[in-house]
Amino acid sequence: MADSSGPPAVPSSARIRAEALGVSFGAAPVLRGIDLTVSDGEAVALLGANGSGKSTLVKAIVGLAPITRGRVLLDCHDVVTQRRRIDFDRIGYVPQRLTAASGVPATALEVVASGLLSRGRLRIGRAGRERAIAALDQVGLADRAGESVQIFSGGQQQRVLIARALVREPSLLILDEPLAGIDAASKESLAATVADLRARETTLLVVLHEPAELGPLIDRAVVLRHGRVVHDGPMPRPAPGHDAPDHDHEHPHAGATGPTVHVPDLSVGLPAEEEMR
Amino acid sequence: MGWVVEILTTPLMQRALVVAVLVGVAAPVMGTYLVQRRLALLGDGIGHVALTGVAVGWLVGSAVGVSDAGALAVPGAIVASVVGSLMIEFVRARGKTSGDIALAILFYGGIAGGVLIITLAGGTTANLNAYLFGSIAAVAPIDIVFTAVLAVVVLGVGIGLRGPLFALCHDEEFARAAGLPVRALTVLIAVMAALTVSVSMRVVGVLLVSALMIVPVATAQLVTRSFRGTMATAMLLGLVICVTGLVLTYLYPLTPGATIVVLAIAVYAVVSIVRPLLGRRGPHGDPHPDVEDDVRVREAA
Repeated sequence: MADSSGPPAVPSSARIRAEALGVSFGAAPVLRGIDLTVSDGEAVALLGANGSGKSTLVKAIVGLAPITRGRVLLDCHDVVTQRRRIDFDRIGYVPQRLTAASGVPATALEVVASGLLSRGRLRIGRAGRERAIAALDQVGLADRAGESVQIFSGGQQQRVLIARALVREPSLLILDEPLAGIDAASKESLAATVADLRARETTLLVVLHEPAELGPLIDRAVVLRHGRVVHDGPMPRPAPGHDAPDHDHEHPHAGATGPTVHVPDLSVGLPAEEEMR
Repeated sequence: MGWVVEILTTPLMQRALVVAVLVGVAAPVMGTYLVQRRLALLGDGIGHVALTGVAVGWLVGSAVGVSDAGALAVPGAIVASVVGSLMIEFVRARGKTSGDIALAILFYGGIAGGVLIITLAGGTTANLNAYLFGSIAAVAPIDIVFTAVLAVVVLGVGIGLRGPLFALCHDEEFARAAGLPVRALTVLIAVMAALTVSVSMRVVGVLLVSALMIVPVATAQLVTRSFRGTMATAMLLGLVICVTGLVLTYLYPLTPGATIVVLAIAVYAVVSIVRPLLGRRGPHGDPHPDVEDDVRVREAA
């Protein structure tokens, strides 16, 4: 069960608080009694195997998954019943996506600028354009702002989606597997972005596939297994087979002589419940 | 060039031209959002339901004894298409039935309901023909007012709320997580699509109305990079195609709806053939010139 090092002394400093949270898709329970608190200024990693409920938990936190038991508080407001009172301008969300493109061409600038909008803000305005370019600059794509995201590589599209969350200058950033399927250079660029956000005391909740990713930037790790929290505390040691000193997932071209025994998880096979939107 | 003067001085053609201009500009605006949401066939589903509305308008018109039984056809279509589009969104949101099955059911129900009700109203399916395929003769002075008001509403909403509508159609989950009023915006798109169908129905007919929303967008996106550019290009294409089609039907004995749609598809075909020849990049260009090579390979000499 959950390690009890979590709950903070002052609940009002909690940016995210899940209480006995249960999520079911139809008859299938995906989350079963999750308690999770992310305090202001913390950087928390969410770990777990495919199907453990990581993405569903993140979706429930931003109000995208059907909550069947318990509740989620975002900045002390219930994410379902008090949604209008939540200041979404302060919250950035990067969904797990394989693409930033849609049916009609859109430039990176247009996609990123759409991240400025919220309930109280329905127009982007002139200043928005400059903020969008600044956000693209943070992920190293400012020079490609006017190009269609359709021709971007997977890693570049992922960076566009991150810029779309950064453009609101959030004080709480929620990232769902931002490192899935992107190359080494993009991962380095993202780690630099995250380090920059940490320096500005942005609260982070990030779904990771490997404990080593972003390692030194993370304060606390929460591990899910079969929809329950099985660890809440320091970053856990990797499972056997993932703990060799030279084990490194950012090495797709290590060559046939490398000692790697690990089969990279491409995260393409999403658990079935995530496709049942 | 005597025929130009003739067109511009014939009251019937004047009315038809005004309607064609409004429809040509307004239809691609909502079409752009539908294509972006990958709901290109929504307009078709709404069009079919609008036919039931036309028939109900006839039924009500003959029941209350309006002099022209067709006078209530357009109001009937507006009501039915708005209700139909809301039903589609409701079914989609419930998630029990997939969007395409909901559309399919509306397709069949709309046509069958229209034919059934028009016979109950004492008419024949021949009365429906003008609405099925469009007719210039059907454009009455009152239609100009209807069309102008609806077109202004569609353009105002479609362009004025471009930011949030783009965000919704681009990534609905993100829009919800960003705190946008997703349900209200979804209903807005559905209602605007329904109004667009009602506006365009007179000229191109319910069976072809969706083509006017979708084909100019499909053509535009072959040559554009941005959402804004796609919408603007599609509006321009819609305008030119509608007016050209209408002029052709004046010069030759053709049906306006079919002429306009065939013209739109012809433009699409030409652009899709010509586009690769004018490509900015050569066929062997590197699409990601700034991405470093990840493995070293011996280049073929």
